[in-house]
Amino acid sequence: MNSRPGFLARFMRMHVAVVGFAVFGVILVACVAAPLIAPAPPDAINLDTALKAPSLHHPFGTDPFGRDVLSRVVHGARISLGVGFLARTISLIIGLVLGAIAGYFGGKLDALLMRLADITFAYPTLLLLIAVIAVLSPGIVSLFVTLGVVGWASVARLVRAQVLSVKEREFVQAARASGAGHANLLVRHILPQCLAPVLVIYTLGLGMTIMAESSLSFLGLGVQPPAPSWGSMVSGGIAFMRVAPWLAFFPGLFLTLTVCSLNLIGDGLRDALNPRTAAPAPALVAPATGSGGPAVRKGH
Amino acid sequence: MKTFIARRLLLLLPILWGVATLTFFLMYVVPGDPVRTIAGERYDERTLAAMRAELGLDRPLVIQYVHFLGGLARFDLGRSFVTRRPVAEAIRERFPKTLVLALSAMFIAIVLGVFIGALAAWGRVPGLSRILMTFSLVGVSIPVFWLGLLLIYLFAIKLSILPPSGYGGGSIRNLVLPAFTLSFASMATIARITRSGFLDALGEDYVRTARAKGLGERAVMGKHVMRNALIPVVTIVGADFGSYLSGAVLTESIFGWPGLGRFIVQAILKRDFPVIQGAVLFMATTFILVNLAVDISYGFIDPRVRSGGGER
Repeated sequence: MNSRPGFLARFMRMHVAVVGFAVFGVILVACVAAPLIAPAPPDAINLDTALKAPSLHHPFGTDPFGRDVLSRVVHGARISLGVGFLARTISLIIGLVLGAIAGYFGGKLDALLMRLADITFAYPTLLLLIAVIAVLSPGIVSLFVTLGVVGWASVARLVRAQVLSVKEREFVQAARASGAGHANLLVRHILPQCLAPVLVIYTLGLGMTIMAESSLSFLGLGVQPPAPSWGSMVSGGIAFMRVAPWLAFFPGLFLTLTVCSLNLIGDGLRDALNPRTAAPAPALVAPATGSGGPAVRKGH
Repeated sequence: MKTFIARRLLLLLPILWGVATLTFFLMYVVPGDPVRTIAGERYDERTLAAMRAELGLDRPLVIQYVHFLGGLARFDLGRSFVTRRPVAEAIRERFPKTLVLALSAMFIAIVLGVFIGALAAWGRVPGLSRILMTFSLVGVSIPVFWLGLLLIYLFAIKLSILPPSGYGGGSIRNLVLPAFTLSFASMATIARITRSGFLDALGEDYVRTARAKGLGERAVMGKHVMRNALIPVVTIVGADFGSYLSGAVLTESIFGWPGLGRFIVQAILKRDFPVIQGAVLFMATTFILVNLAVDISYGFIDPRVRSGGGER
């Protein structure tokens, strides 16, 4: 395993990563405890208090229906993070299985799967998402199916490369010589070696998945109103930019903070799990290459 | 070099075919009957059948697929369900506007990104490096659509110095905000890559040699450091082209820019499948060709790429 005792210490030494962890922790707590934090239910309409500016009573103001924006933002966190985690986990499972099969068995199957990955990569990410969503018709279920299925390729490539680099090592050969079957070899001996980079790509991809969800919801192709999602809240705020800028401001701020913190955690994890690539000076500088590099830029 | 280009071109064909095939079949797993969706409730069975025949939807899937590929070879992407206009014609009309936006954004990203990255690596301004690197983190984390709105709020609503949205007959004033918005993420990445490229190059022996032989700071930076530091930037610019196309979908929607991205979104809301199919296919092909061009130009800049066959 890559996580030697020094892992936690190394991670803690990267202050910005710890900051990222703290920020994400706060958002996660807000999301779990949403009903406790929210001053009102997210869909409680009260036309008397429509479009009120932020105040003590409504810290993030109210929307045209008098709904409390803070309440909608914390409940929106549940949808954005929920869809993000679920979709990313689907990508992870598909990518892990297909990548492991491709790397372990090789041959025609490997070639076929990798060409399929090439084709997936040939699309600008958001466009492929849009094309798939168009077919499934917009909605929350098609959202995480789409995000989950489209994200498999980068995980599969990474896992395949890891499996290839591990499968001829002595301990695997020893296990094979002592009669371990394919499934046993893969699950017990090879895949544990892939966990560290997979964790990094999961975290970095999570931020991008949440961003993609919000982008689709912003375009009206994801979560449909009145369900609160950060993307659709920002898009709903456009018409009121002049009179009520807080409508678009707060959900966008939370989205940015979430993606930011996940990127920091991902960079920190990568450096902590693999000290060789860690940048010496300011910890903010991630190495230009590395498993997470391309993932950071995907999905814009 | 010739074999390198030939090999890349050969690899291109199966990918293009794969993208075309995937896009085609995606649109055919659509639940429900597209004709019924277009026609709504108003038409009887006979009109629907006539429409189906006109659009070629009554033929077997394989025939439709062959017809589709044949059409592609002639740059014929079919007709819009809604307006009946040829999709290729609409793309020809709108793509230049997306291209103007993407290229301006790319220009801003390269100029400002390299400048910021180089400034951070130069390290003569205390604290600057940290601020700029924070900027580069925020840059890749901030949603394009939210950044666009913040800029509209600041420059169009509060300061009233730039128009909030619209094409404005292609005037520069209308281009500034969308182009800057679209450039932001890429600018941040370029700044980051440039900084580490400069730092690496600054530590090289040939830089010490150049300094030792008495070259001025300008000559050292310009001639020796810059050239080597910018090689990775070329790759990033190419790889980021996809994010310009994706980002254009969002940026155009916020700023009411009449390009291809906004066209696709409108087509989805109307369930106009030939338009979605054609426009997505067109954008993906553009992306693939740009990546190819970057790969090839990389081969020119850095001879090591040509010999090593094991890319990816």
